Amino acid sequence: MGLEAKLMSDGFITTTIDALVGWARESSVWPMPLGISCCGIEMMAVAGPKYDIARFGSEVMRFTPRQCDVLLVAGTVTYKMSHVVKKIYDQMPDPKWVIAMGVCTSTGGMYRSYSVVQGIDHFLPVDIYLAGCPPRPDNLLNALMLIQDKIKHTRARDFQNIPLLEPVKVNGN
Amino acid sequence: MERLTKDDVHPSIVKALLDQETNVTFEDALENEMILNMGPQHPATHGVLRVLLRLDGETVVAAVPDLGYLHRGYEKMAENMSYYEFIPHTDRLDYISPPANNTAFCLAVEKLYGIEAPVRAQYIRMIMTELSRITSHLVAVGALAMDVGALTVFLWCLREREKVLNAYDIICGARFTTSYTRIGGVAADMPDEAIGIIKEFIAQFEEKLDEAERMLNTNRIFVERLEGVGVISGEEAINIGLTGPNLRGSGIEHDLRRANPYMLYDQIDFKVPVYNEGDSLARYFVRADELRESCKIIIQCLDKMPKGEIMLNSPKKVLPRKTEIYTKMEELIHDFMIVNFGVKPPVGDIYSGVENPKGELGFYIVSKGEGHPWKMKIRSPSFCNLQSLGGLIKGHMISDVVAIIGSLDPVMGEADK
Amino acid sequence: MEIKDKIVPLLQEQFPETNFEVTDFRGDLKIKFDASQIYPVCNFLKNHDDLKFNMCEDVTAIDWATKKNRFTVVYHIYSLENKFRLRLACDVQENHPHIASVVPLWKSANWYERETYDMYGIKFENHPDLRRMYMPEEYEYYPLRKEYPLMGIPGDLTLPKK
Repeated sequence: MGLEAKLMSDGFITTTIDALVGWARESSVWPMPLGISCCGIEMMAVAGPKYDIARFGSEVMRFTPRQCDVLLVAGTVTYKMSHVVKKIYDQMPDPKWVIAMGVCTSTGGMYRSYSVVQGIDHFLPVDIYLAGCPPRPDNLLNALMLIQDKIKHTRARDFQNIPLLEPVKVNGN
Repeated sequence: MERLTKDDVHPSIVKALLDQETNVTFEDALENEMILNMGPQHPATHGVLRVLLRLDGETVVAAVPDLGYLHRGYEKMAENMSYYEFIPHTDRLDYISPPANNTAFCLAVEKLYGIEAPVRAQYIRMIMTELSRITSHLVAVGALAMDVGALTVFLWCLREREKVLNAYDIICGARFTTSYTRIGGVAADMPDEAIGIIKEFIAQFEEKLDEAERMLNTNRIFVERLEGVGVISGEEAINIGLTGPNLRGSGIEHDLRRANPYMLYDQIDFKVPVYNEGDSLARYFVRADELRESCKIIIQCLDKMPKGEIMLNSPKKVLPRKTEIYTKMEELIHDFMIVNFGVKPPVGDIYSGVENPKGELGFYIVSKGEGHPWKMKIRSPSFCNLQSLGGLIKGHMISDVVAIIGSLDPVMGEADK
Repeated sequence: MEIKDKIVPLLQEQFPETNFEVTDFRGDLKIKFDASQIYPVCNFLKNHDDLKFNMCEDVTAIDWATKKNRFTVVYHIYSLENKFRLRLACDVQENHPHIASVVPLWKSANWYERETYDMYGIKFENHPDLRRMYMPEEYEYYPLRKEYPLMGIPGDLTLPKK
């Protein structure tokens, strides 16, 4: 990151609090892995040895929402499940972000049926829609990098009203 | 943010419990029964299984599983689409072993049509099915180990699984949801490159498996957490409807590949591993042994696989080849009719069951002679295996619940449909 | 003698009053009879020394969308010893659809019957715990009935507040 280089030369840096906090936040995004169906398996693959999410500082998968920054909704959300998802989202402390992983989470996808919610944005603010059924692990890493970028540019005074910025769409698969 | 009221949070039954007046005082908290809600968001429930546990101290007195958090309405959707359109949906039933599901569905539809895929296609299907058995059992063993505290093996299993997924990637262009089989054959031939990768994988797999087994089988914590936990007798297992490795862990030698051979399994030499103890450890051993057997089957299939056609040549029932569609009028018409209206099978109903990694996956299809099924019932193994959960965890500690769920290896995608 | 040829004569001998309608399509043997006989017939099939259908693999129903004989309840039972699968079918009427439960014979039928009840609204008499399987408890429709639309009835299932 170049911080070491600065320390070697002058020993001080000038920055804003927002930039410093944003930099710290983006480098350790703790995901809340809500692996509901098929996408959950690909999420496991991202945590596994080949794709290794630890390179991006997000290997700390916390299964308690109280400790998480990003809600990773990986899988089909049914009406019965939607209340649970919402409850988990409500338990997460601010600031928080949401990744809708896979098409059935984003739009209902191939499940046009009576029990599937046609997109979780009906009840949750979504920051990133991730295409693919399921998205390849590289694609999820891409989404993570995008959300890191978004976190980096979020200022402290924006936290009151989430969603912060317009949702970003990721193409792929 | 809007505050939730008590009515939003609790269903009526819990509310009734909470509203009751009580004069019980707590002298020793552990002497009183309590209700614990486990799931649907719980790392050890393999998806979105919810179990309500009645506890006395830490012992489970009674348990009720609650399903339906992933109910996607497959059977209703199947009634509204043609047979071809349903193939991608089968991937997402048991999403740890998609090719096995593809094969099971295509075998069912082929039985209804009264056709059979060419020999090479059958061998390719068998190879894919066994590969998916390997991926499925790797996840099962790894997740079980993770649930009882051995994270290393989980990562090793995922590493091996990625190698199989690489082979999928080359064979059918997707690493995970394959949609590989077609009615009357498979979508594409298996390239030599993929065969090379599979051979390479199998050559080194034995050693890796030994490594993982050494790690687990000699680990006192792992063995003691599983041994004698969740015991089910053979008779009881049949009665409750267990199939697959869970049934074979209870001493019943039942494997549909052996009992009612489909495809070309009767020409293959393989062992059906059976353990008599019926506990979680036995179920783990069955899976570990099946991994080796699957490798043996794949090697035999690769040796026996002849060159030749991969799709049946039956113009009105099977999609014609793309090159012919572009050059011949007749084939173009057939393609148009099959894609738009589906193939019309005879009136009747069939049931076709195959041995999937989790157990018996069956499709019951009722046809009224239309391009789409009048009714399709999916008999999913995880659903039936989960049924035994309530009885198995009775009398055990909370920490054993995790081990028992892991050893049953349910996948909620097919349990909830 | 093949197990397939044995079943029907044995059944006919045991239940002379009942009319057994036998079809054999693609090698699947299917026996259709009156719904009131389901429990005794299953009991006989399970406990007969030669047949021993000891595993109930599946219970489901078919909605024919007709006035008469609207539903057919279908059972798949399997004999581990003979390695043979048999299909039983019984017609059920539209008003007050009901049939006897086979849970006392096979425990595995418990959840299958609950699922069938959830999807078709067919009541299984003497079932120990007939609740909905997949849909929420207070849900009032039966999704797999033919009159129920694929996308559901608007407003039948609630979403959390945004």
